[in-house]
Amino acid sequence: MPEQRVVDADYLLLEAPRERKFITGAQAMAEAVKRANVDIAIAYPITPQSEVMHLVGDIWAQGYLKDYYRAEEEYGAMSAIAGAVRGGARAFSATSGPGLLRGLEAIASWPGHRIPAVLGVLTRVVNAPLSIQPDNVEIAYLLHCGMVVLHAENQQDVFDFTLAGFVISEKVDVYIPVAVCTEGFFVTHAKGYVSMTPEDMKLPPRDPYKAPVPPTDCEIPPARIQRDAPVQKSNFMSYLIHAVWQQEVWSSNIRAMKYIYKYLGGPIEVVNPDAEVFIVASGCAAAQGREAVRYAQLEGLNVGLVKVKSIRPFPEKEIREVLKKAKAVIVPEHNIVGWLAKEVKAAIPDNDKVIGGPRVYGGMTLPVELIMEKVYSALGIKKEKKVVV
Amino acid sequence: MGLEYVRISPGFEKYMPKDYVDLVQYGQFGRQIDVQQLGQFKELVEEHPMCAGCFMAYFIRVFYAALPNPEDTIVIGTAGCARLALSQAAVPFVYGNYGDTNAVASGLKRALTIRFPDKEKDVVVIAGDGGLIDIGFGMTMHSWFRREKFTTIMVDNEVYGNTGGQESGMSPKGVQLKMAPKGKQFDKINAVELAKTAGCVYVAKLAPTNPKRIAKTIRRAILAARHFGPTFIHAYTSCNIEYSIPTEKVLEDARKREKQDFGFYEWMTDEVKEYFEEIEKQSQEVKA
Repeated sequence: MPEQRVVDADYLLLEAPRERKFITGAQAMAEAVKRANVDIAIAYPITPQSEVMHLVGDIWAQGYLKDYYRAEEEYGAMSAIAGAVRGGARAFSATSGPGLLRGLEAIASWPGHRIPAVLGVLTRVVNAPLSIQPDNVEIAYLLHCGMVVLHAENQQDVFDFTLAGFVISEKVDVYIPVAVCTEGFFVTHAKGYVSMTPEDMKLPPRDPYKAPVPPTDCEIPPARIQRDAPVQKSNFMSYLIHAVWQQEVWSSNIRAMKYIYKYLGGPIEVVNPDAEVFIVASGCAAAQGREAVRYAQLEGLNVGLVKVKSIRPFPEKEIREVLKKAKAVIVPEHNIVGWLAKEVKAAIPDNDKVIGGPRVYGGMTLPVELIMEKVYSALGIKKEKKVVV
Repeated sequence: MGLEYVRISPGFEKYMPKDYVDLVQYGQFGRQIDVQQLGQFKELVEEHPMCAGCFMAYFIRVFYAALPNPEDTIVIGTAGCARLALSQAAVPFVYGNYGDTNAVASGLKRALTIRFPDKEKDVVVIAGDGGLIDIGFGMTMHSWFRREKFTTIMVDNEVYGNTGGQESGMSPKGVQLKMAPKGKQFDKINAVELAKTAGCVYVAKLAPTNPKRIAKTIRRAILAARHFGPTFIHAYTSCNIEYSIPTEKVLEDARKREKQDFGFYEWMTDEVKEYFEEIEKQSQEVKA
């Protein structure tokens, strides 16, 4: 392993030279962890995530991380992440589908415990019936936890979101965990070009004292922390303390937005802002939406794309502004419930123009033709269906 | 640390809460307390909302007095009666989710080892029978298999006291409790043997009838965990409410159980035994 030197976070994320490599999404996530000065990573196997934590284990063995172990299961892994972060360490873990749901009680409590950490979510079907394919319905369960939820379209996003995730998560006015989601297999096991910062540069170490809630490390004065423990003292105090704490978690989530602008170029990317019809999509569906915009261009149709990078905080204002003049809004998704379509519908006033679909689930691919069918119907174009045998 | 963070900066004594000043001046920080001095110094835990006659509350009071290094100790608990008192002590306390204590402690202890390789930071889990042996069973066992260096103390009241008296895996067979309306159908789980099999280096079982012995056992468990691996204490701390033990009879009940199935038991590996012989010899030399 090369000797790594600590560089300023803004320099590393925004200015450092980058080198282009052709790698998988799993490699991109591990390469970001390598440059993030992570103290401890805790792993538990589940397909398709396992590849990420194998690679993180390898970089620990090479000396990039200080500690790493295979936990007993996801609830144990995510609880241990909470312990390590409370102890002042910078921590990372990753999971998929059923694993995310098994760890969810612990994960959902991270924001309330003010645990800054990065969690890779490499999506997969939530059983049953059993499947290991890249459906992303699990993101729906993450949306109400209070954490920052980013959705990566490709390998480059995985690298950028993961590395920036540590920085955003540890900002004093944020201090909640960041989930970096992407579709399993489609991104984790496929290669793409990724421009990466130099291997010999890393983020500054975590400073656990730059925090709204101090670490539990006995390096601060002792106090009787719950002289009036909320739960048993009075219902009124219990309601009040929980209420203000939750308000603060969600305010922290909103405060992450300015850093999403600073480090990730904003929560959305807009292609063809003057479009008549917009495709609003996140993750892999955004890649297919991008392709649909190209198809449309070839056919002379005025179609644009809003790629949503940040699902929490959700860029309501930004999306409302872009879609103001749109005639129709198409929301393709890799899940049956249509969580993104619901978010978009809730964000804009004239939401009867939102077409919730096409949706593929069970981990199927999302053919561009399915999106084009919605484009044609939105524009009132009748096409004869070609059946290729 | 630790004392530098505990001590009050000169000139600030009169501005600090009296409770804090008393803790620093008349408390345990920086000195070793004999547990028989209870009541003669400012204790780490004073107020608590536990039931009158609760033996768990007494055990926790002795536990804090027994800490070898309270200024560098972190206590981890979970849902249940114990945390009602643990959360009000002047020792950092982590209350996570249901049954997660030994996973949280694993992460915490590792983080402290990374950050403070040259300092002793004691991590101690105190949780009930439900937290450790029912809902948290997998995490309890795996922290031992992994040889995580912290102490686990099970305050076993043989029931889910805090949720209203339901059967736990540690309730004795045949006892009628909520969720066991026909009586418990299987035996009390043998936690001590599980701990030995899973790799604990020091294992003890006791009924809290003898404060000096409780204190010595707790000290030993914490010191052994620092150097050798996981340690476990199984303490009987009766629930006088759910088991309807009159307040004045809780000690009598503990003595009875001590004679039956909670007789003092202590097991340790050879290297831990050698270590205690060595440090106990040293402390005798110091006294002499």
